[in-house]
Amino acid sequence: MEKHADHQHDKHVTNYGIYILVWLALMILTGLTVTVAGINFGQLTVTTAIVIASVKSYLVLTIFMHLRAEQKAFRAFIGIALFFIIISFILLFADYSFYVR
Amino acid sequence: MSNPQEQAVIHVHRDDIGTRMGMWLFLFTELLLFGGLFFLYSVYRFTHQQDFHIAAKELNTLIGTFNTAILLTSSLTMALSIAAIQKRNIKLSMFFQFLTILLALGFMINKYFEWMHHISMGLYPGGDELLSKGPGQILFYGLYYTMTGLHGLHVVIGAIVIGTMTRFTAKGVITPDNYVKLEAAGLYWHLVDIIWIFLFPLFYLIT
Repeated sequence: MEKHADHQHDKHVTNYGIYILVWLALMILTGLTVTVAGINFGQLTVTTAIVIASVKSYLVLTIFMHLRAEQKAFRAFIGIALFFIIISFILLFADYSFYVR
Repeated sequence: MSNPQEQAVIHVHRDDIGTRMGMWLFLFTELLLFGGLFFLYSVYRFTHQQDFHIAAKELNTLIGTFNTAILLTSSLTMALSIAAIQKRNIKLSMFFQFLTILLALGFMINKYFEWMHHISMGLYPGGDELLSKGPGQILFYGLYYTMTGLHGLHVVIGAIVIGTMTRFTAKGVITPDNYVKLEAAGLYWHLVDIIWIFLFPLFYLIT
């Protein structure tokens, strides 16, 4: 008798090297965000912190969470979820920047 | 002649893509959970900018940065444990899983000291010292304990889940040909990391 499994694991095998590179990038970005916080850019400080955090999240999502190698449907799902949460935050920031004193 | 039935193939039902998709759907609910708190944070920070600025000074940037490094490294070891099992190196995969759990523990130990430091200063919900401060600072510490507390709970749950995966790997439930459980645990762990990536600058680096 023969056991037969659906081998749905993609042949995609990632090398250790790329993970270590991403980790290095994440550490450098952490250093950067701490350094930038020490300099006073006024309102831009928060924006810079959010931008750096987004870049870090992008790296984690695509490489550590394998989204780059995943089927297109995954990227579409996550793209839609993120799109709506980002829109909500943009509207919230817009409201508070222009209407609330 | 052999009985045709003996040649019947045992079909193991497996849907790895479905499993990972299911995990992602669960992660979306986590996004809602933390997303709501981040909304609340944004609104309170807008309405109490000065108080948030003063309150955040009590947070130790050095410990925060150190904890960020710990969590980022644990994300690396988690990813490496999956790469190792893909390369059929079960021992190395278990070693990386174990390292991930150790780093999670380190993170929680730092969190314990941080919280204890604030609590000993009377900076806890309902604490005398905190109540004497402005409303914005009370809101800041409310959010601080809720959000880092909820995140810490996720770290603890994540460590328990990874520990279960290490057991599965040792028992041969997770194998180089069937490691989707480990992948799902990894997805959860990386999400916990992403949440911290945003929590860190928003609480520790307010200038």
